[in-house]
Order: sequence, then structure tokens, then C-alpha cells
Amino acid sequence: MTTRLFGEPVERREDGRLLTGQGRYLDDLGAGALAAAFVRSPHAHARVRDVDVSAALDVEGLVAVYTWEDLPERVGRALPLLIPHPALTHGRTAHPLARDVVRHVGEPVVMVVATDRYLAEDACARIEVEYEVLKPVVGLEEAAHGAQLVHDDVPGNVGAHLVQEVPSGAGASAREAIEAAPHRLAFRLDIERSASTPLEGRGVYARWDGTDLRVYTSTQTSTSVRMAVAAALGLPLPHVEVIAPDVGGGFGVKIMHPWPEEILVPWAAMLLGREIKWTEDRREHFVSSAHERGQVQHVEVGFDDDGRVLGLDVTILHDHGAYTPYGIIVPLITSTQLLGPYKIGAYRVEFSSIYTNTVQVTPYRGAGRPQGVFCMERTMDKIARHLGKDRTEVRRANFIEADEFPYDQGMIFQDGRPLIYDSGDYPEMLRMVKELIGWDDFERRPGRGIGIGCYVEGTGVGPYEGGHVMVTSDGRVHVSTGLTSQGQGHETVFAQIAATELGVPIERVSVVTGDTRRFGYAVGTFASRAAVMSGNAIALACRKVREKALRIAADALEADPADMEITEGLVHVVGAPSASIPLSTVAVLANPLRYAFDDEAVKATQFAGAASPDRPPVAEGDEPGLEGRDYYSPIRSTFAAGMHAAIVETDPLTAEIRIVRYAVVHDCGRLINPMIVEGQIHGGVAQGVGGALYERMVYDEHGQLVNASFMDFLMPYATEVPRVETAHLETPSPLNPLGIKGAGEAGVIPVSAVVAAAVEDAEGIEIDRMPISPSDLFELRSRRSADSG
Amino acid sequence: MEHEITLVVNGTARRARVPARRLLSDCLRHDLGLTGTHVGCEHGVCGCCTVLLDGEPVRSCLTFAVTVDGQEITTVEGLAGPEGPSPVQRAFGECHALQCGFCTPGFLCTVTALLRENPAPTDEEVLEGISGNLCRCTGYQNIAKAVHRAAELLAEEGQ
Repeated sequence: MTTRLFGEPVERREDGRLLTGQGRYLDDLGAGALAAAFVRSPHAHARVRDVDVSAALDVEGLVAVYTWEDLPERVGRALPLLIPHPALTHGRTAHPLARDVVRHVGEPVVMVVATDRYLAEDACARIEVEYEVLKPVVGLEEAAHGAQLVHDDVPGNVGAHLVQEVPSGAGASAREAIEAAPHRLAFRLDIERSASTPLEGRGVYARWDGTDLRVYTSTQTSTSVRMAVAAALGLPLPHVEVIAPDVGGGFGVKIMHPWPEEILVPWAAMLLGREIKWTEDRREHFVSSAHERGQVQHVEVGFDDDGRVLGLDVTILHDHGAYTPYGIIVPLITSTQLLGPYKIGAYRVEFSSIYTNTVQVTPYRGAGRPQGVFCMERTMDKIARHLGKDRTEVRRANFIEADEFPYDQGMIFQDGRPLIYDSGDYPEMLRMVKELIGWDDFERRPGRGIGIGCYVEGTGVGPYEGGHVMVTSDGRVHVSTGLTSQGQGHETVFAQIAATELGVPIERVSVVTGDTRRFGYAVGTFASRAAVMSGNAIALACRKVREKALRIAADALEADPADMEITEGLVHVVGAPSASIPLSTVAVLANPLRYAFDDEAVKATQFAGAASPDRPPVAEGDEPGLEGRDYYSPIRSTFAAGMHAAIVETDPLTAEIRIVRYAVVHDCGRLINPMIVEGQIHGGVAQGVGGALYERMVYDEHGQLVNASFMDFLMPYATEVPRVETAHLETPSPLNPLGIKGAGEAGVIPVSAVVAAAVEDAEGIEIDRMPISPSDLFELRSRRSADSG
Repeated sequence: MEHEITLVVNGTARRARVPARRLLSDCLRHDLGLTGTHVGCEHGVCGCCTVLLDGEPVRSCLTFAVTVDGQEITTVEGLAGPEGPSPVQRAFGECHALQCGFCTPGFLCTVTALLRENPAPTDEEVLEGISGNLCRCTGYQNIAKAVHRAAELLAEEGQ
């Protein structure tokens, strides 16, 4: 590895097009395509009695109108339940268009196709749907009472119920450990709904040429959309290609698939023989995509005089909305990642995943971890408060020590594999974050507080990703991987890996992601997995290419491959740069030719004398071309970690909360590109600040989302996000060849816990419900005054 | 009923036939094929669709195309000069001030106008200046840094 690019803050290779308006996002494609629009339910819970489209029929430009009854059986059936789990006993998914009952505001009922979007919406406005309005189930605890049902055949609105128990070393249950503990606390925590809210919504554009279907979709998984579309439309897989173009942010919501529109738009494109495009608008995104976060947690903890947790019992009510297409991944992650960097004596966690007449819940950056970390970190702070100890001291007393890895938490993680932490150094990380924020010198005063939050994040979940690397006869290196990109800089970091592994200038490397024409086998981009999974797969594929290049070059130079290396695209004998051959020529020689198409190609033709006449031109077991493909499939996840600390100030009159300093220590193993990792952390923290102080989905008693716009759902602007101070610790992962761990979600995970801790410190009021607005804090202050008055 | 309008976009007169309700953002994107201007909310909050109208930043999603007949519009496609990307564009790249890039054209237009008005803004003025644009990826820190860097580049180039 002579071209050291791994670890460097290389400027992004995708930026050239994105800075000049040359990006190709979904709605930038398909000029002239027909436009789809949808009539969506205005009711949270209703029976569809009748759909009258007659008034729409004379809208100029109308091409087609479809209801559920128009769909063939295969297309109209319930959408797939993507992640089955034995505990999900009552999983339910929606139909692409409502069949008889609508279960949340925004559920699609009628699809309209017209010559442009304005006209399609005109037609939608004229379609009359007659509903029999049913009583909606709104509010997590109301839903859990089960008086009204979201699905008639799901008693108590319980989709899933799961209990997991880890006894103490001595074999005590959590209950026994808590009862026997010198100190005990019990409390309740609430986290409200938020959502990914990428600035580009979803979108689908499909074209059918009579044999082959091409679908562009703003997705985090093109390979899986491809399989889902092929299955729903009954097409042979090789006749379907799916491409994720430039994607304007995902943050989890676009890993959900297939969306109704991802089935319906291609289906209609085939039926009509016309190109069709649908681009989600902002209100549609609020009411018809997915949300996350909403949970109620009941916690009981027993601990000793040092603050060591002896037993922890957590009961979680998780709101999964009207349907469960993504299974119970979110509460599973909350339950397991709640443990963080700590050794808990005995642990019991129970969750009930509950239906409500609201938008479905699927992962949003952090995917259940922010809730779990909020629970554990609030617990640590309450223990410290109870014992009168420093909050960092209590955490330190519970840490897994640096010499205890691999550390088995005794649970099953979201990938169905044991929750075993591979590496880390939590005591060192705590020291670093305390120093960065100035914990020991902090001057506390009324209205000024400090808080801390720690987390461990399972990243790089399997099952696998692959990479393909091809060197062409012009010396260019073409890398492809199946997973997708939504701004993480994959074109840059994967090029850094390939350039480093192959010893070529990065300018010669190009990377394609999320295009099933280039790479058909993949899982997708989620769970902070892209760099770990595809990064390692591409490195392994490069190593195959390198080995072949050295072999061919050694043959040509009559040298030993073991004595050769590649530097700046030149294959040469170590220490003898004159005995060399360009990688471009090696690529030519790798492909024995009959026909010369240019001057370089002449070298590989049959009369050029390059190959031995005693061997077949392509040896047994070999393949023509200088290319390689390999896969990385980890035995289990790798565990990144981080600790954040913040100082907040609260206004004595308005109760406004201002974050004045925010410090992050982060460990994602070896850094491929520190600039990009920091960018991921900044963005994650900003989303965390949104979740801690501003963002909530406000449903009224009718199940109407009353703040479904950017006017009312308050995402932070530049004026609301603090400057983030960062420091990195690198404990390489022993699980993968590059020693890396994921970084994508990290920033967001502990922010609510950190801000709650800091506000609590500033105000002396326990903060058990997030987000916290100035009104909420004002209310808490008033209640305290009333209590003490 | 459609209206014949002429927009001077990035220095070139462009004609389009549009209904009165056609948004400027849709006109630029779909009638004129300038898809660099993005639409993030269509209610004037996110700032993705910001373009320069006679040099001033406006929300093209809150503007009917017919109302700007005859006026000059600069979109992200028009920011680069003959020598390549503008100092603002270069600064955004250098400072890693973009991730998914969807909000970026709006920021670039906003910041171009901001620095024209105030070539050496303070930290506060930078935050205030970009506080009408949403970014969901970067956390704004590197965007603020890029504005200062762009100011430096502009000063160096004496523009």
C-alpha cells in the first residue's frame, strides 16, 4: 500500500456535480414522463364505502385513475412484512391502495396518472371518496388499553411482545437483584415522535420497453426494491433494473421498501406503456412515509453504594403506528443497545409494540438507540443524584474495562447474533470527553448546567455486501458496490480504499453505488454499515485484482510476484522502478484478444508474442480481464462508541434553552476520511438537537397530524445548532480487514440524554420527557413553584 | 390559459409558455430543464429553491413564473464563471459544507448574495445570513466555515 489515502481528509469527489447543479436527483430525471398523484385518506380510521371518479374524468390531461379494485391480485396484495420475528405475532402491512379500511391519515386510496403533476392533482381534487369514519386509536397508552382496535383481528393492539432476561453472574434475576439491592429507584420516561425528514422526499420513476423494466427510486436499497418489484409484478429478475440516483438524504426512512408507489408506478408504466414519475411533496412525506422514536419506558433499578447497577428492569411501550412492514427492529435495538458501555448485574427488558392510527414507524437515524440511551443515561444520572455522587463517577463504576473485550452482553442483537462488543476503551473515552468539555472545572450556577451521555452502537450489521473492481486498458479503476448513497461520501471513501489497496492515483478511480446494473447483490445502506460492509468488500476485491496484476506483470517482466508492488499505477519490482509495466498495460495483457481496437490492444493479440504457446491463453480457473469481485460477510456486528457532553443555559424568564458548548468523543475504529466522519457527527448532533429541543409529531384526538409542514415541525436552522467540538479515539475492530466501525448514526444517539442531563443540572428539575420546549420547561418550573409553595 | 413569458436566466433569454399557476421553481426545472434548483417543501420554509431574482435571493417555490416575466434570474447553474466554479462553490467543497447536496443550490445562491452585500461578515452575521435555509445533513458548522472561506477567496480575487 504505497498510495496512502486511507485516513486522509480527501475532498469529496461527488461535490463537483452537486455544487454546480449537475446532480441527478429523482425529480431531475424523466423529463416528459407522465405524472402520478394520489388521493390520500383524510381520516385516521375509516371504512372506504365508495370511490366516485366521474368528476375527474373531464380533467384535461387525465390518463388513468386506479383504485384497489383495479389492481391485479399480485399487485394489490398486502405489502411484504420485511423482517419477520417470532415475537411479532400480529404483524400487519398495508395494501398499495386501501382495500377497505384506511388506518392513518395519508394512506393512499386512489392513484391518478396525468400529463403533468398540476393536472394529476386537479383530478385528485375532484375524486369523491365516501368514508364511514371509525373511532381512531391515538396515543400510545390509550392504544395499549385496547378499548378501540386499529386492526379488528389484533387484540389489545399488540403487534409484538418480547421479554429478554440476562441473569446476574450469580444467577439472580433482575427482579431478585433489584429487591436485594441497597438502593432502589423507579421512574417513567417519555420520548415523543420525530422523523427522518430528508429534504428530498421519496420519488419513483419507471420506464418499460416491452421487455425490460427500469425503475429509478430515491431509496436506501435498490437491490431489495428490485426483488420486491419483480415479485409484485411477476417479472423475471434479470428483466428488472433499479437505480438509486443522487438521493437527497435518507436517514432511515428510505430503507423502508417497497413503498406503495414503488409498486404502483412501475405497474402503471407497464400497463400504459408510458414513462411515469411520482415525486412526493412535503405534506405527503409527513403523512404517508414513516416516523420514529415514540416510546414510554418504565424503569426500576437497584444499585450499590458506589452506584454500580445490580439489577435493571425496563418495560417499554413502543408506538409502531398503523402497520409493521419493518417488523420490530426499533424496539429490539432499544432493548439491546440500552446497555451501552456498562456491565449491568441483571437485566430484564420487556416491550410491547403497539398499533395506533398514525403513520407507521420504521428506523430513523439511531433506530431505537436514542431511546435506549436516554433510558440508561437518565438512570445513571438519577443514581448519581440519589447517592450525591458525580455523574461521571457513577458511569465509571459501571464501565466495561478496556481489557474485558470481547465482552458478551448475553443478549441477541438486531441481526439475530450474540451481542458481543468487539473492542473499545470507555474509561479513556470518558477521560477525553471530561477534558474536552472541562467537566471538573465547570462553574455551575442557576440557569447554567452540564450534562453527559454515553453510548455503544452496533454498526456494520450483516448479512453481507460485495464489491467489484475492474481495471480497464486506459488504466482507470471502476469500483461498484450494490448499497446506496445519500450523501455519506461513498464515492470518495471507497475510492480512497481502492486507490490505497491498488496503488493508483485516486483520480483514476471511479465509484458507482446503488445501481443494480453494476452490482446486483446487496443489502442496503442503514445501521451505519456502508463503510464497514462495502468498504471491506471493495478492499478484498482490490486485493484479488492486485494479486492478478502482480502475477501478470511478473510474467511479463520475468520476475517473482512476491518482489513486486504497485506505485502510482505502475507495477514494478521493489527497489527497481525501471523494471516496470503500467497497470493499463497489465489490463490489456489480462484479456487475450483476437482483434486490436487500438494501439494498446495490439499487445494482447494472438501474434504479439505475449503469451506462451504452450498454455491456453486463459488458464484454467482464470478469467479474462483485470477485475475482481469479493464479498464481506461479518460474523457479527462491530461496536462503535461515543461520549457527548454539553453545557446549556436557560433563560430565567422565557425558559429558552441554549446549548452553549457541545463536545463529542467518538470511536469508530480506523478513520477512512476524518473530514467525512466529522461531517457525519456534526449532522447527527444537529438532528439530535432537533429531537431534544424542537421536533415532535403532534397528533390531535382525531388522529390528524396537525404540524405536517416545515412551518410547524421545527427542524433546526443554523441559529439553533451549537458548534460541535470533536475528538477521536481509534480502537480498531478486530472483526474486519480494515479495522473500521460505522459512523453514520453516531452523532444523533445520545443528544436527548445529554441535553436532558444539562437542563436538569441547570434547573434542578428532573427531566424525564423529551423533547423539551421552553413551554415544557416553563410548565415544569411552575409546577415546582406550586409544589414548594 | 397559458402565458408567453421571457426570463433572462443565467444571462440567456429563455421563452416559455406557462399557465398562470406555474411556480417559478417548476418553470425553471421542468420547462427550462434547469434541475439544479431543488424543491424541498413548496411552502417557502426550507430555502432549497432559492434563486437570485435581479440579484436578490427569493424562494422560487413561492413565486409564480408569470410574475417575473422579463426579469433576470440566476440559478446554481449560473454561479460558475468561465474559469470554473465560483469562490462560494469552491469554498463549500473545500470545507465539506455539503453531504447529500440537495439543499446546496439554495445555500450557494443565498451565500452569493450575502457576500455581495457584506464581503466580510462576522460569525453572527453568517449565521443570520444562512438562517433561512434548512440543511438536514451537515449541522451547518461546515457551511458557516465555508461562508468565511468564500469571503477570503473573494477578497483574494479582488471581486
